[in-house]
Amino acid sequence: MLFDVAARVLANTPLSPDYNVIALAAPEIAQSTAPGQFVMVKPQPGLDPLLRRPFSVFEVLRDERGGVTGISLLNKRIGIGTGLLYSCEPGDTVQVLGPLGRPYVPVDPPAEAWMVAGGVGLAPFATLAEALAARGTPMRLFYGARSAADLYYADFFSRLGASLQLTTEDGTRGERGRITAPLARALAEHSGSAVTIYSCGPTPMMRAVAELGEAAGRPVFVSLEQVMGCGMGGCYSCVVRVRRGAGSHFVRSCLDGPVFDSRAIVWDALGAGH
Amino acid sequence: MADLSVQIGALRLRNPFIGASGCFGYGLEYTKAVDLATIGGVAVKGLFLEERQGHAPPRIVETPAGMLNAIGLQGIGVHRFVAEKLPELRRLGATVIVNICGSTLDEYIEIARVLSDHEGVGAIELNISCPNIKEGGIQFGCSLHGTHDVVSGVRKVTRLPLIPKLTPNVTDVASFARASEEAGADAISLVNTFLAMAIDVETRQPKLTNVMGGLSGPAIRPIAVRMVWECFQAVKIPILGMGGIATIDDALEFIIAGSSAVQVGTANFIDPLIWPKLIRGLDDYMTRHNIARVADLVGSLQIPGKHS
Repeated sequence: MLFDVAARVLANTPLSPDYNVIALAAPEIAQSTAPGQFVMVKPQPGLDPLLRRPFSVFEVLRDERGGVTGISLLNKRIGIGTGLLYSCEPGDTVQVLGPLGRPYVPVDPPAEAWMVAGGVGLAPFATLAEALAARGTPMRLFYGARSAADLYYADFFSRLGASLQLTTEDGTRGERGRITAPLARALAEHSGSAVTIYSCGPTPMMRAVAELGEAAGRPVFVSLEQVMGCGMGGCYSCVVRVRRGAGSHFVRSCLDGPVFDSRAIVWDALGAGH
Repeated sequence: MADLSVQIGALRLRNPFIGASGCFGYGLEYTKAVDLATIGGVAVKGLFLEERQGHAPPRIVETPAGMLNAIGLQGIGVHRFVAEKLPELRRLGATVIVNICGSTLDEYIEIARVLSDHEGVGAIELNISCPNIKEGGIQFGCSLHGTHDVVSGVRKVTRLPLIPKLTPNVTDVASFARASEEAGADAISLVNTFLAMAIDVETRQPKLTNVMGGLSGPAIRPIAVRMVWECFQAVKIPILGMGGIATIDDALEFIIAGSSAVQVGTANFIDPLIWPKLIRGLDDYMTRHNIARVADLVGSLQIPGKHS
C-alpha cells in the first residue's frame, strides 16, 4: 500500500546542532512499513524546495497500549529541506509519501545479524533491530561517527539486546578510528554461526564493509542513498550500476533498492557519495 | 460530471490529462498511486529500438522552481516494451502513447513498424527534442527539413496517430509546428525541456555528469504557455501542451492558450496522487463557467479589445 499523508509533527527533538529526530503522525505508513524502507518528504508546500527528499523510516512510534501512531525520521541538516525539518515545530505539517523501496530481510537464529552504521546511516537499523529482536536473532551494532556528540540512540539498541561496538574518529567515545577496524577483528575472531551483515552510511564505508564481509564469506546487504527525484520509479535519476551476466546495467535504487546485495554493486560506478 | 473527453486526431482521450514521457516510467510504476484507466493517457518513457543505459549519475539537480535532468534516455527498447509492458498496460485500460527516439530516420521507421504490429498502442509521440543526447532526435527537431523528414517518413509506415514532440530550443517554434502539420502529423506535443546548466561554484564542476541538462518544472511554464499560443495560431492540428503544470489553473492556462490535452511531468514526481485533483478541478471549472465540452475551452483566450 502507498500513502501520502499530511503528517502533523508530534515532536521535534534536537540531538545536536546538526541532527534531530522528528516524530510524525502517519499511522498508515507506520503500519505498513518494513525495515529499510523509506519515505519521500516535502517539508513545506510550494516551489522551494520543489522536489521531495528520501528518508529512511527511523522509528515506528507506538502509544502506551502498543497502537501504532506514526514514524520518526533521523534528520541531518544539510540543505534547505533538511534545514526546514530541523527547525519545524510540533503542530506543523509535513507531507510524507510511502512506504517505498525494497526492505532488509531479517535473518532468523541461529544466524547472527551484524549491523554496521555510519552517522545518519543509523536510521534504517532501529526498525531492523526490532524485527531481529522479535525473531530472537542475536545481533551486534557496529556504529561509527565523527565524535561522541554524533552517536545517538545507542541505549535503544542495547535495550533490544544488541551488543554495541562504538567508534569515533576523534576518540571521544568508544574506540578511536573507523568502524571497519572492529568489524575486521570481529570477522576474524568469529568462527561460530552464520552471520549476515547489514550496512548503511557513507558510500566509502559501505564499500569497505562489503569488501570485508565478502572476503570473510559473509553476505552483506547495503542501503544506498542516491540522488532521488520521485521515489516511485518515474524519473530514472537514482540509478545504481549492478552486475548482470558478464556485464552490468543501471537499475533504479527506489524500486530495486535501496537495499542491495553488496556483490551485485559495481562500486566504481557509484562515486564517492554525498 | 461534465464531459471531459478530448479528441486528438483519431484518438479519443477520457480527459485531457496525460502522464508526460520521461516522468511516468512505463506507467506501470504508478499503479499504486493512480488507476491508469482514469487518466487521459500515459506517455511512456522514450524508446529506442534497443535497450539503452543512459548517462552516469548524478542525473538530476534541483534549481529554483524547477529541475535539470540528463537521464540520457535509459530504456528497455521497443521489443521488450511490447513484450513486457504493453500487455499489462492494455489489461489496465490505459490509453498508451508511445514516445519513440531514433539515431537515424530508419530507426524511427523501424520502431513505428514494430508498434503498428501490436494491439494497444494509442498513438506514437515522436521524440525529436531530447536535449541530452547527440543522436536523440534533436538533430531532426532543430531543423525544419529534419522534422519534415521524420514525420513524413514514419507517416508512410503507420496509421497510428503521430505526435511529434517539439523542442523549445529553437527561435521560432511555430515554424516547426507548421512543418509537422505539412508532413502529416496528427497533433504536436510541446514543449520538451529547455537546455540548461548548473554549476557548483566551490568545485567549479557542473552539477550534472552530462554537464548540460533539460530544465522542467514551474520555472518554464510561462514560456511554454507562450509557445503553445504561438503554435495554436500557426496550425490546425491539436496541441498537447506541457511545461511546469502543477495545478488545475496551470493546466487551464495551457488549454485556454490552445492545448487540446496537457501533459504533466515534474509535478507527478512531487505528487503522484495529483491526477484525481486535476480531473476534479477541471470538472469544477467547467461547471462554474457553464462549459459543456473541453473543446470549447481550447484556444479560448480572450484578448481585451480584440473580437474573438
